Amino acid sequence: MAVSTETAPADRAGTGERTSRARRAGRWRTTLTFWYFVGPFVAGLLVFTYIPVIWSAYLSFFEARNTVSPASEDFVGLDNYVAMLRDDAFIDSLGTFTVFAAFIVPLTFASSLALALMLNKVRLARSFFRSVFFLPFACSYVVASLVWKMSIFNGVRYGMANSILDLFGIEDIAWLFDPSPPWYWLVIVTLRLWIQCGFYMILFIAALQQIPEHLYEAAYVDGAKPGWQTFWHITLPQLRATSVAVLMLILIAAYQAFDEFYNLIGNQAYARPPLMYLYNTALGTVQDLGKGSAGALILALLIALVTVLQGKFLGFGRSEGQ
Amino acid sequence: MVASGNNPYEKALAGLAMNRRRMLALGGLTAGAGALSACGGDTGRGDGDGDGITLYQWYHEYGEAGTQEAVKKYAEAYEDATVVINWVPGEYETVLSSGLLADKPGDYPDVFEGHLNRSMVDSGQVVPLDDILEDVKDDYTTDDLARNTIDGKVYGIRMIDDPQFLYYRPSLFDAAGVGVPETFDDLIAAAAELTTGDVKGIFLGNDDSATKMFQSIVFGAGQTLLTDDNQIGFDADTVLAGALKVKELHDSSSLLVGAPTEAWDPSSFIQELCAIQWCGLWALPAIQEAHGDDVAIMPVPGFNGGNPTVFNGGWDTFVNANSEHVDEAKAFAKWLWIDNEEYILDWNLSYGFHIPPRLSMRANAEALADGPAAEAVRISEEYGWAENPNWTPTMETAVDDMMTRIVLEGADPESEFEAAQGTIQTELDSIFG
Repeated sequence: MAVSTETAPADRAGTGERTSRARRAGRWRTTLTFWYFVGPFVAGLLVFTYIPVIWSAYLSFFEARNTVSPASEDFVGLDNYVAMLRDDAFIDSLGTFTVFAAFIVPLTFASSLALALMLNKVRLARSFFRSVFFLPFACSYVVASLVWKMSIFNGVRYGMANSILDLFGIEDIAWLFDPSPPWYWLVIVTLRLWIQCGFYMILFIAALQQIPEHLYEAAYVDGAKPGWQTFWHITLPQLRATSVAVLMLILIAAYQAFDEFYNLIGNQAYARPPLMYLYNTALGTVQDLGKGSAGALILALLIALVTVLQGKFLGFGRSEGQ
Repeated sequence: MVASGNNPYEKALAGLAMNRRRMLALGGLTAGAGALSACGGDTGRGDGDGDGITLYQWYHEYGEAGTQEAVKKYAEAYEDATVVINWVPGEYETVLSSGLLADKPGDYPDVFEGHLNRSMVDSGQVVPLDDILEDVKDDYTTDDLARNTIDGKVYGIRMIDDPQFLYYRPSLFDAAGVGVPETFDDLIAAAAELTTGDVKGIFLGNDDSATKMFQSIVFGAGQTLLTDDNQIGFDADTVLAGALKVKELHDSSSLLVGAPTEAWDPSSFIQELCAIQWCGLWALPAIQEAHGDDVAIMPVPGFNGGNPTVFNGGWDTFVNANSEHVDEAKAFAKWLWIDNEEYILDWNLSYGFHIPPRLSMRANAEALADGPAAEAVRISEEYGWAENPNWTPTMETAVDDMMTRIVLEGADPESEFEAAQGTIQTELDSIFG
């Protein structure tokens, strides 16, 4: 692992031995400091991420119901992978994710960029508005789900949304548990938008502040008008690297959607994203850790593949403006 | 004997608080190591006293007031071991599944309540209890024994019987000129009559209003989930005709969906959000407190000429096969849930109503002697059906998905039935060959 080694100032007046000892002590201190800060995180990553992933890969080759340490005779090779790929419910869950991503990725991107552009123009109380929009990001999905489910979008007459509809004489809507029409997408998408827009907005604001002012000035000299023209030809190209990163982050977060589905709807066939299905298979009542692990690895590979392809096509890693 | 402060999570939090102070005193890295070691060493659970044996007993969180105090009282009264209660809120079955995979005493339960399924036996998680039930097997209903039996061995002791049925208020029926429904068609019509601007006709549940009717359709037709030789016990015609009736109810505007609480909680009925509600016997005292004598119950009416049905739910106690103290855990389970009439009746009748599973004790259950409670006992015995431990969660998910897609999404019934049948058959083949 690369360690930044900034040597202690040498004692030029001292002997070579003293200088060497001081240098060694300095290096030791630097190394200690490095591990002091990095060690706990490396240990956490190892214990809570890498070991479970490796163990999960191991389990995926076994018939492992109600056990995390299957016997060698329970080895089933790739059977769990085949079973998951033939499992309609798992494939359907990927379909559910696709619909979810189709809504949430463009909406989050457009909303957070719009908020960032507006805040970048605001001169008055900018910090206040930035905080207001960022604050929901600090709220947990569980808490927000309960507020959305119990207060705003419950299906009875005193739910907030139904109360408003009632003013216009519209009958109560069971927002979450009647999929025809699929109002539950409105609940799920608005919740995630409310929580995550502020975070991506901050990323865009940071990128907007890096765009050199002289680019706009030069454009104005050349006759460009403020507004759509400069946004399309200067701002958006300059935000390219940030936009690509934001798109990838939103998509990965969508793949990992669990909390709001779990808390809002539960295990329903019509709105069951991949993680929800895998949770039920491995950790819920089914307790089939072999198939659950195989499904988790298939999903991880899918996320990695999509991320790499997206990065390749959209140019992840290129600098702003390239 | 019972350990005080028996919530391990509270103790763990206390442990963390102490470690935070230590961290301030000693500096980050040292204290970080201290925190890790302390987490391992102090489970926060009380040490045993007397002979030093400590048994860990797990319950799901019962909603009725006084239940947690009651189980502590029972544990405290036991003299042969210290019994530590773990009262688990939230998704109990998931927490229990993880607990049963643990190796360290205290991380797993020695005695726990739950529901038997074959994989628990196949993976060696529970021990047979035939020896401690030997003398009293005749004192349980056939269903209560069958739901705890796999391959001829009994693994669970029935603690409570919880029949589930439909509550209604006779005054609302009288006002609407509606008689008590005798068929599911009657129920659909009655729900429509009882629906007003503010009150829906019937509440079956938010996320399971379509799925929970599957078993009623099957058992009402005299069929079963799995036959004695573990083949699929229901046919497409019966299931699909019933599912389309449930769809008819869903397509009407008389079904309450999206209530703030689920159907196991009587709040929707108490708050007059619905005129009829599916719920269990446990809720009767709370409902009677709210509506007085204006409360009656009925079984789920039969579908398409079938019989009425009542789901006989409930909870059972098991002994963890991986426990260090299997014999002591069995002795405790026997003491509390087989022999102790005082506590069995207390648990069944003092905190919401349940039917005592020991038949000989039912005669002493005065609270169930008349009114809707007595009717609950009667319809439970006449129309009741029980779970089958060979019916796995995967099979349940398959039929739940089928019902959801037919009833809520209008999917093609035949193809959905075939899909569910295929999943169930695959599961049966993998278990029974």
